[in-house]
Amino acid sequence: MELLMAIVIGILFMCATYLMLSKSMLRIIIGTGLLSHGAHLLILTMGGLKGGSVPLLSDETASYVDPLPQALILTAIVISFGVTSFLLVLAYRSYQELGTDDMEEMRGTETNE
Amino acid sequence: MSLLHLAVFAPFLLALFVPILYKLFRQIHTGWFVLILPVLLFTYFSRFIPLTKQGDVITERAAWIPSLDITVDFYVDGLGLLFALLITGIGSLVVLYSVFYLSKEKEKLNQFYVFLLLFMGSMLGVVLSDNLIVLYSFWEFTSLSSFLLIGYWNERERSRYGAQKSLLITVFGGLSLLGGIILLSIMGNTFSIRELISQSGQLIDHSLFTPALLLVLLGAFTKSAQFPFHIWLPDAMEAPTPVSAYLHSATMVKAGLYLVARLSPVFAESGLWLWLVSITGLITLFWGSYSAIKQTDLKAILAFSTISQLGLIMSLLGLGAAALHYESMGETIYLAATVAAVFHLINHATFKGSLFMVAGIIDHETGTRDIKKLGGLMQVMPITFTVAIIGAFSMAGLPPFNGFLSKEMFLASMVSVLELDIFNMDTWGVLFPVIAWVASVFTFIYSMIVVLKPFTGKLSLKLLDRKPHEAPIGMLLSPIILASLVIVFGIFPNLLSSSIIKPAVASIQPSLVGPDFQVHIAFWHGPEPEVWMTIGIIVLGVLLYKTLSKWQGITMWVPDRISLNSLYDNGLRGLERSSSFVMKCLMTGSLRTYLLSVFLFFILSLGFTIYWKDAFTLDTKHFAPIGFYELLLAGVIVAAAIAILFAKSRLTSIIILGAVGYAISLFFVLLRAPDLALTQLVIETISVSLFLLCFFHLPLLASRKEERMTFRLNNAMISIGVGVIVTLIALSAHSNKLFDSISSYYLENAYKEAGGKNVVNVILVDFRGLDTMFEITVLSIAALGIFAMIKLRLTRRKDQS
Repeated sequence: MELLMAIVIGILFMCATYLMLSKSMLRIIIGTGLLSHGAHLLILTMGGLKGGSVPLLSDETASYVDPLPQALILTAIVISFGVTSFLLVLAYRSYQELGTDDMEEMRGTETNE
Repeated sequence: MSLLHLAVFAPFLLALFVPILYKLFRQIHTGWFVLILPVLLFTYFSRFIPLTKQGDVITERAAWIPSLDITVDFYVDGLGLLFALLITGIGSLVVLYSVFYLSKEKEKLNQFYVFLLLFMGSMLGVVLSDNLIVLYSFWEFTSLSSFLLIGYWNERERSRYGAQKSLLITVFGGLSLLGGIILLSIMGNTFSIRELISQSGQLIDHSLFTPALLLVLLGAFTKSAQFPFHIWLPDAMEAPTPVSAYLHSATMVKAGLYLVARLSPVFAESGLWLWLVSITGLITLFWGSYSAIKQTDLKAILAFSTISQLGLIMSLLGLGAAALHYESMGETIYLAATVAAVFHLINHATFKGSLFMVAGIIDHETGTRDIKKLGGLMQVMPITFTVAIIGAFSMAGLPPFNGFLSKEMFLASMVSVLELDIFNMDTWGVLFPVIAWVASVFTFIYSMIVVLKPFTGKLSLKLLDRKPHEAPIGMLLSPIILASLVIVFGIFPNLLSSSIIKPAVASIQPSLVGPDFQVHIAFWHGPEPEVWMTIGIIVLGVLLYKTLSKWQGITMWVPDRISLNSLYDNGLRGLERSSSFVMKCLMTGSLRTYLLSVFLFFILSLGFTIYWKDAFTLDTKHFAPIGFYELLLAGVIVAAAIAILFAKSRLTSIIILGAVGYAISLFFVLLRAPDLALTQLVIETISVSLFLLCFFHLPLLASRKEERMTFRLNNAMISIGVGVIVTLIALSAHSNKLFDSISSYYLENAYKEAGGKNVVNVILVDFRGLDTMFEITVLSIAALGIFAMIKLRLTRRKDQS
């Protein structure tokens, strides 16, 4: 299972990287979305999978899966949502204002504005 | 906290109220409010004179960072008190002078007095702190306030240049001082100056002793404008004249002298100290007096003269260290060098302060400080002329002024070098009296230039901006007080000798000054060599001054290209150019370049570490079994992720991204993480709708520009690299368990401590509640950003409406 997950994570990261390196802003944002999915699965896999039952305490069960990665991921999901929505609106607004979503065209430094 | 602490921090406190006072009482000059404080402080510190006279030391402690051995301990001994009196005394006179010098209608008085008070407080902190870290903090604060005051007229280009120069040089020195302090604390295991002094005997053999000595001296030399770091002081003359009189002649530039004097008991046993301090002082003395002659700006002459006088005091302090090697012989002649240093320090503050104020008056009344344009002011400004003549004659070393006495003592000390037989002094020592004498001749000449050029000769009104007349009495008051002190200290030097000078010398040379040590300064002590030297100086000085126009051209032989100033300018320009070059290489403005470097670094550093540490391990024992649904979901995720890469339209890619998200939330169900699954479902739904909301209404892009094959190939290589590395890390991280998991703590305590059965929830809202709060903060910041972006309308919108 972990091996399968590792490969899935690797592919997610690979696709995310490829998307982030492209010129279109939308593809970059989708890339970051994929990257955070990959990262979440990575954290979960590091802790070990299916080592016990759901971490809801009860008297019958003896072992639970690791709750800590889950808490971390829960935070990460919310944060990545915040980042994604921010980037989306940024892309949308800059497209409206500048008429392009090509990062190379938007390129500008302080000196060559 | 004590009254002494309050005294040091009072200027900072008053600085807080200055802007308010300035706003409330616009018709009253803010300087009047400020003046009260230094006068009060001067009275307060004068009360310590009887105590330090008996050799008492007043210490007041307060904790600051006890865990790091940093305490705000202030102590008043002879040396600290001397400086405290100078700071508050000259400070009072300077504030009084500034009330008349700076117009309340035109100048930004609120800023000026805030900076001035900041300086006063931090300078008091420097001279009264026992803890070296506290001393260093105040030290940097004096550099900072000096920077602000030099750049006070910040609309002038020269002011900004001078301010930057002084800041760069003094802060460079400050940093090396910090290094020296840290080395000292490693050696002595304390930051306290007095504790370091008490163990000075053991420190000298430590391997860090020499580096510490060099670093501390670097700090002192830059601050006190010693050669070759003196170049900032002439440019600092762009500051208003009260500031030049206060910071750049009487107090701040003496902080370096203070440091050398204060740490003398720690370092002075070393021959390197004796040589470095006295030689640097001598070179500075000579170079400053020589450069002063070629200046035509009154303040520039005074600036170089200050450099030269600082060098004089520095060389005396260095020479005073020789006394340590002769203690058994009961020889006090080298101790006399320290006495001369302290005495001249006081004298310099009085005569140079008055001369700066005179230069300010001339500038104020005539509109120029150029000695080529000035002349014959004697008739219109008789009082100013009298003050100037007293100050300049004292500076030249003429009787009966105080400068004569300390100059004689200086010459005597330099002659006594001939009898030294330590550290090779017997071979090179002969240079000391020679350089000292030549420099004194130059000093005589520039002193005459300062007083005779503007005041005698012909008054040519055409060259002046306005018609000169005598300055108002308020402006004359401070220089008159200083000039009177020049005469009083000249005629009755022993007013100072036991009350101020002896306690100060006792702090510099604690091992040598016993209870029976007496300082006695006399006018006439027989036909000693120094008397003949003084006569020689006057004779040659008068001759050279008379023939000045014939030989002054020789002083210009050093071309500007090879001067220290152009070295500084070129160095600064080179730094700017190279940093802008590096900046342009790195900051291309292209997101892709940045990401490429991030990913390349990621691959190389992690890949190398895995290879080098042999970190990759595969432990198949603890692998969980694979179920059918998991395999199915994994297949969906992989297929969807790859499909995005080839998606042509926005809509397709957004929907496929949603598919990945939903598949992952199903994964969370299978992997026993119900909370994650729920959250992911909700978030994914919102994300997808947001994506669609943003992009559905936008027109489809005309077919994306064909990306070149190499472009895609590069991207693919990097992406595959990242994917492989992450896979390796995922497997290794699962197989290596270096530490025990802390999760069992949460499982055990979730119900006991927090009363919740859902462990994940308990962690989020209870154990790590603060983290969750910050998470919410991040979300609100993102929301604010989004709101602002939606509100933002740039030019295109304006045109449409």
